[in-house]
Amino acid sequence: MTGEHRGPPQTGFDTLALHAGQSPDPTTGARATPIFQSASFVFPDSDHAVGLFNIERAGHVYSRLSNPTNAVLEERMAALDGGVGAIATASGQAAIHLGISTLMGAGDHIVASRSLYGGTHNLLEYTLPRFGIETTFVDPRDMDAFAGAIRDNTKLVFGEVLGNPGLEVLDIPRLAAVAHAAGLPLMVDATFATPYLCRPIEHGADIVVHSATKFLSGHGVVIGGVLIDGGTFDWRSSDRFPTLTEPYTGFHNLVFADEFGPQAFITRARKEGIRDFGACMAPMTAFQVLQGLETLPLRMTRHVDNARAVAEFLAGADGVVAVNYPELDTHPDHALAKTLLPKGAGAIFGFEIAGGRGAGRAFIEALELFSHLANVGDAKSLVIHPASTTHHRMDSDALAAAGIGEGLIRLSIGLEDPRDLIGDLKRGLRRAAKVAAA
Amino acid sequence: MKNIEVNGNSVAYATGTGHPAADAPVILFVHGAGMDHSVWVMPARFFARHGYRVIAPDLPGHGLSAPPAIDSVADYADWIAALLDALAIDRCVLVGHSMGSLIAYATAASHPQRIDKVALLGTSAPMPVSDALLGAAADDHPAAFAMGNTWSHSPTGRLGRGGTPGTWNLMSGLRLLERSAPGVYHADLAACNGFDQAAFPAVESTTPALVIAGAKDQMTPPKAGIKVAAGLPNCTQVTLPDCGHSMLSEAPNAVLDALAAFAGVAT
Repeated sequence: MTGEHRGPPQTGFDTLALHAGQSPDPTTGARATPIFQSASFVFPDSDHAVGLFNIERAGHVYSRLSNPTNAVLEERMAALDGGVGAIATASGQAAIHLGISTLMGAGDHIVASRSLYGGTHNLLEYTLPRFGIETTFVDPRDMDAFAGAIRDNTKLVFGEVLGNPGLEVLDIPRLAAVAHAAGLPLMVDATFATPYLCRPIEHGADIVVHSATKFLSGHGVVIGGVLIDGGTFDWRSSDRFPTLTEPYTGFHNLVFADEFGPQAFITRARKEGIRDFGACMAPMTAFQVLQGLETLPLRMTRHVDNARAVAEFLAGADGVVAVNYPELDTHPDHALAKTLLPKGAGAIFGFEIAGGRGAGRAFIEALELFSHLANVGDAKSLVIHPASTTHHRMDSDALAAAGIGEGLIRLSIGLEDPRDLIGDLKRGLRRAAKVAAA
Repeated sequence: MKNIEVNGNSVAYATGTGHPAADAPVILFVHGAGMDHSVWVMPARFFARHGYRVIAPDLPGHGLSAPPAIDSVADYADWIAALLDALAIDRCVLVGHSMGSLIAYATAASHPQRIDKVALLGTSAPMPVSDALLGAAADDHPAAFAMGNTWSHSPTGRLGRGGTPGTWNLMSGLRLLERSAPGVYHADLAACNGFDQAAFPAVESTTPALVIAGAKDQMTPPKAGIKVAAGLPNCTQVTLPDCGHSMLSEAPNAVLDALAAFAGVAT
């Protein structure tokens, strides 16, 4: 009986990427999203002003709190990720900080995957403890380790869809089940995947964060982030989340879970975190991220196609010890990737070059098309050799402990002709082979 | 949220975080099918700040109120009267949306001595529900939520643009429906489908009424709302352009302005 029912068709992802949150400007007829480069917005009268401050009316007050250009981006990202709302932030790090600080304070605890972006690891391992928030790091493939690390004061479970640097595929449905069984929300960083390749909320996550600097904007020209609320978690299910279930004296004793229902988390994040920490996105940045989102489906398809071509070349190339990419059946999470990321496991991957640290340096310096820099998710292909750059102070033992080989090369595959990319890599491999043989 | 017992069952209600005077006028908001009090958050906060005692209940079986849900509008009207009794409220301005508009209408008709003014948002009489939606709801199938939610948003609203910064209304509506307990959405839809205006006495000419229609409302088309308004002897009718059934999220400011003007609150 239940299989006979069918809901109405929903707007497709590609259409939402172009239209969600925006219609032609009613004043000017502008088809593109205007950049509202204004710090504040005029109140028609005093009662209207109070109404905006008191959440009686929809509208804008001051661009740290909200801005019409940012609001289009926020709606669009919520639409693309299947959330109830979003906040655009100054960076991906700001989005993670906003998510954490909305849920907890001193004395609280996070259980996180240990395979994280270095900046996130720094925040959780070194900086947040100074503010009384501790994190236990566990193997992202070990669900029992997540469950075992949860304490009475744990407020959040956190991981990345594609781990860093190992590209472990986070088993979001299983981890969500672990978190929910303990009465905890799951927050997922989906930067490497983007909602085009993986929508974590559909798999059980409750909160999603992105660095918009990467594929979302897609051209390496802005720094930004997005925090998205799935509206799925019942904050009133326990007394663990007083920021959402108890009166907030900073907003006239508002109880967010009472008044805002599924939007409680994102509303608290805006009314407190963006208001007080202030890590908002500039409207010009929001416009540029929106420009990127319009072509996200097209770009991600090409990114993945190119990455597959490059990875397959490297997997058969002399001088390459191993390629670590979930699209390849040699990756331990290949089957899981096919389930959670059926359109492709992103365009960032690593490979181990023969000859160690010296060969890695020689490889990097021989490349002409790949850009040697510390970023990913650009339209242009990027490369970095951690042992000679970001992790150069670590000896071989320390690198091994961090899961980084001395010959590890990380690639972010762009939109160039893949034949040119492979040609460039061949040049690097020839140079590396000479160093390795010397 | 506050709680009170009505007919032996616990009822949760929001107040707009107000601090009303003992003699404050009362405004009572009644939500629609599968919803809860949170759809009224903005008008609730507005009227609370303007000196009203705000009561926005979760109907029985909805939100934080105890089950069972009620499956007839007539019984809901009597329940509203019982709620007013429990709260020791003599009279109120009564505002309802969708199914709540039928409950408000029926309460104004059946218990006129309790109603100062009545506002009907997204209304229709009758309020037929399609077999497809009723059938899916009877099975607690997710397609019921998808149908009800999608059809409650205008074509424009399905692409967002509701004005509340950073809010994706389409998913917010769906999440609310997904939170409803099994059987509740079907009971609500059955109550709507079974509504018979002829079973109620006429609303008195001394009761001022407001009907707000959405020009792009697929669930309760604007012509239906206009017809309801024409049958009310003392009615103001407002049609919101480019707005669907989910007018509290699609056009929150226009709804608030219409309610404020109707209630006589200067803005």
